[in-house]
Amino acid sequence: MLSELLTLIYILASVTFIIGLKMLSNPAKARNGNLIAAAGMTLAILGTIFLYKDEYGQRLHNYGWIFGGIIIGAVVGALAAKKVKMTAMPEMVSLFNGMGGACAMLISVVEFNHLSEVFYKPGWSEVPWKINGAIIGHLLTIYAGAFIGSVSFAGSIIAWGKLNGKVKDFSFKGQHIFNIVLLFVIIGLIIFLLFGLNPLNYKLFYLIPFLSLVYGVLFVFPIGGADMPVVISLLNSFTGVAAACGGFLYDNKVMLTGGILVGAAGTLLTILMCKAMNRSLKNVLIGNFGGSKTVAA
Amino acid sequence: MLNWISENQQYIYIVILMIFLGIEVIGRVPSVLHTPLMSGANAIHGVVIIGAIIVMGKAESNNYVALILGFLAVILGTLNVVGGFVVTNRMLEMFKGKKEKKH
Repeated sequence: MLSELLTLIYILASVTFIIGLKMLSNPAKARNGNLIAAAGMTLAILGTIFLYKDEYGQRLHNYGWIFGGIIIGAVVGALAAKKVKMTAMPEMVSLFNGMGGACAMLISVVEFNHLSEVFYKPGWSEVPWKINGAIIGHLLTIYAGAFIGSVSFAGSIIAWGKLNGKVKDFSFKGQHIFNIVLLFVIIGLIIFLLFGLNPLNYKLFYLIPFLSLVYGVLFVFPIGGADMPVVISLLNSFTGVAAACGGFLYDNKVMLTGGILVGAAGTLLTILMCKAMNRSLKNVLIGNFGGSKTVAA
Repeated sequence: MLNWISENQQYIYIVILMIFLGIEVIGRVPSVLHTPLMSGANAIHGVVIIGAIIVMGKAESNNYVALILGFLAVILGTLNVVGGFVVTNRMLEMFKGKKEKKH
């Protein structure tokens, strides 16, 4: 009964997200749209805390920790958002976006630890882990969440620093190529750990979030401050996809719908923002490696 | 592969429909609303907090690594949700104020 109620709550929350986004794109209704989405989110969070049951029918525990975390986050978040100057709002959005990315990254790390504890028993190091389709799917969502969440976190922090002037533009010769190589290394590592995970190499997993953080930093570093809103919007849609990975992981439809919705809307918004600024996305992302290239393109 | 698709068809349907819906729903946004919309979408992907709550709530009470990382995840996720909605609301407040003065 209780878990059926939670399903209903999740459906309602998903609908509020869709309606909220719809209203946010209409000047007259935007404010109510924001409030509706916030109400749906509150409902989904409270429902999860009190009604969630895992596949073994177990309720959640550690309520003290959960409420402690929520209270700290809510107080700090609300104060920071209320005190921020009007002109500094975009950088605040970037910072909050980075927090969401970091949250997705941490979830992936904890879930991977959990998984490796289940599979790894001392003395088993010679026995290969049993890898089957279901586990590969599970691992893929963990790796993808760690990768996308870390890129979004590191990138958003750099974007935040650039907007408030703490981080200067920085690029080195061949950074373009270095970034592409790094991206391929991360993807290669993900594929390797997807099919070849065993008790001897599972610690290599921690390279995924680490290299992704480095990639996120290098990805945003050379992009000029004026283009930051576009980059923040792009990273925003990345975090949406990272949240959706969590939806796959926990078989949670509200995380999945919310995440994909933001991922898709955010991508379109990024393109629309580029158009409004009379820039092409390609120029923003790769044209800025060296000022002369931008002019040529 | 085909087997995997038919086993996970629910997810595949959700993902495809949500991609189209996400694009459709904001397709006509005027450019003044770009930043508030970005901020609102930012708050919505804070739904990742639900994953953090589940991680935290499942952690065994002697697994300190999971407890500490989960606790951090809950804090960061809440920051994303609460901060995101409050900032969006403030942006739109400013928007509304301007409009009323004009009339």
